[in-house]
Amino acid sequence: MSDLVPLTTDHPGQVASATPPAPGRSRRLSDRWLAVGFISPALLLLLAMSVFPLLWALYLSFTDYSATRGGPAQFVWFENYTAILTSAQVHLRALTTLIYVVGAVTLQTVLGFAIAYLISRRTHGRGLLTTLFLVPMMLSPVVVGLFWRFMLDAQFGVINSMLGSLGLGQVEWLTRQQTALISLIVVDTWQWTPFIMLIALAGLTAVPKYLYEAASIDRASEWFRFRTITLPLVWPLLLIAVLFRAIEAFRLFDLVYILTSGGPGVSTETLSFHVYKVAFLGFNTGTASAYGILMVLVVIVLTQLYLRYLNKLKED
Amino acid sequence: MAVSVDEVVPTGPVRDHTRPARRLGGRGRSVLEVALLTVLAVVMLFPALWMIETSIKENRDVYAIPAKFFDFKVTMDHFKDVFVASGGGRSALSVSFLNSVVVAGVSTVLATVLGVPAAWAYSRFGVKAKKDQLFFILSTRFMPPVVVVIPIFLMYRQVGLIDSKLGLILIYAAFNVPFTIWMMKGFVDEVPAEYEDAAMLDGYTRLQAFWRFTLPLLLPGIAATAVFALIFSWNEFVFAIFLTSSDDVRTAPPAIAGLIGGTTVDWGLVAAASVVFALPVLVFAYLVRKHLIAGVTLGAVRR
Repeated sequence: MSDLVPLTTDHPGQVASATPPAPGRSRRLSDRWLAVGFISPALLLLLAMSVFPLLWALYLSFTDYSATRGGPAQFVWFENYTAILTSAQVHLRALTTLIYVVGAVTLQTVLGFAIAYLISRRTHGRGLLTTLFLVPMMLSPVVVGLFWRFMLDAQFGVINSMLGSLGLGQVEWLTRQQTALISLIVVDTWQWTPFIMLIALAGLTAVPKYLYEAASIDRASEWFRFRTITLPLVWPLLLIAVLFRAIEAFRLFDLVYILTSGGPGVSTETLSFHVYKVAFLGFNTGTASAYGILMVLVVIVLTQLYLRYLNKLKED
Repeated sequence: MAVSVDEVVPTGPVRDHTRPARRLGGRGRSVLEVALLTVLAVVMLFPALWMIETSIKENRDVYAIPAKFFDFKVTMDHFKDVFVASGGGRSALSVSFLNSVVVAGVSTVLATVLGVPAAWAYSRFGVKAKKDQLFFILSTRFMPPVVVVIPIFLMYRQVGLIDSKLGLILIYAAFNVPFTIWMMKGFVDEVPAEYEDAAMLDGYTRLQAFWRFTLPLLLPGIAATAVFALIFSWNEFVFAIFLTSSDDVRTAPPAIAGLIGGTTVDWGLVAAASVVFALPVLVFAYLVRKHLIAGVTLGAVRR
């Protein structure tokens, strides 16, 4: 680092120490301008591309505006909101979304933590194993959706082919009401189990070794060690991962679009997908905006929860 | 610092090596665990392997019932179809790949240029309501894309940015700036502020101190952050499909998804296109594997 330090040590330093208050104040002033100049371009972009559109959506949500019909928008105040909140269709989508989010996130958490635990007990080949397990997570949902659609194809999909060779019957994975949602959950679980695994592994490797040694001297059973040492220490980090996944699963759109397009019927239509249909197929822009604003509210609540736990984790 | 997946720190319970009976039990259990891990790894990797296999299979073997796992004819035709149109010349897919490179590249540069100075300022200066600002910035990243795209669509239609690369670049940059700020703030926090203070005592201004002393130390972090931003933009689908429509603007994800629109689907081509699309991501992800946790949690979790 020494080559980075210039050799002009004496002169400016002396000047600064000779008149301490004045340069201090001007420096703080220029610091403030520097901070404003460095931060505002990024904030301006966010204001233009995130905040302004949301405010516009908020305005539209109180009107009957339609993107195709054009013409001036009429204020209808809370009509859109009451229509959405009382709609049986929306309730059904909310239930589908809930089943999907809870099902997928639970499966991912259990599987991801199990894999992380198994990997953390290995001493050899951990780097390689972790890298291999992480592949699904880095793929685009488009690629994942397309590929599973091919594998789950009722006619020539490889899954049914394997079931066939095991002597089991064929399953119409994506074209039956009951199995389509399960398929969606399975595919999401396949893609995002590595995410939970990665974070759980970070938590597991951070558990101090001496705790296990102490417990082993006390002849504590393995289950006891897991319950009283491993789980409490990993849980805060795991909770962050779970909340993060819940937010992501709630906003999910691309996988549904590619894998099932909401079908068969409306059995895999999540809230995100329903908003898309209202906005871009029905062109009820006002209603869709209100729908969207309600979803944003849910996301904001979840994000607040996430950030609160994150803060708590950082303070510890 | 983010956790390195290569770092091998044995944390498993200490095994009792003194008693042979326990050790034998431990070994049996260890074999079971390895077997379980292997099975899980195979299940997780099978779809990716099947995709690669399908991309080099002849069409007849792609649709074979029962599926052929090993004895199939190898062909590179599907990969040729990805890049070359049936009548010769460049295919629509290859154009979309080029568009993806441009859109992802430029939006990443934009997000980095805007995000890194902001991250430095947030790390170094006492900005008013800093915590609230940072949380606000991160929460813009959590907005559901399907919801954001409705007003963006109307906005772009008004100003003529619909179906343009610039429109996509701007929205991707806006989605990557929060990530860049959070990720980079962690890296800046790791560089002691004392370096800048020392430089300033030597007569440099704050800006010079940042430019000449802090920035060079941040370069590895900037590279890792930019790679993640690149991956996010490269993989993005929702904005791409709603904001673009013509072949010479469309990026690769909607173009690949468009392959399954017709009545018959050429799964060999889909597989080859997916492989070409996913390979760079995997290579890049491997390069930044040390920062994966911070990267995939948008810079929020770092160990």
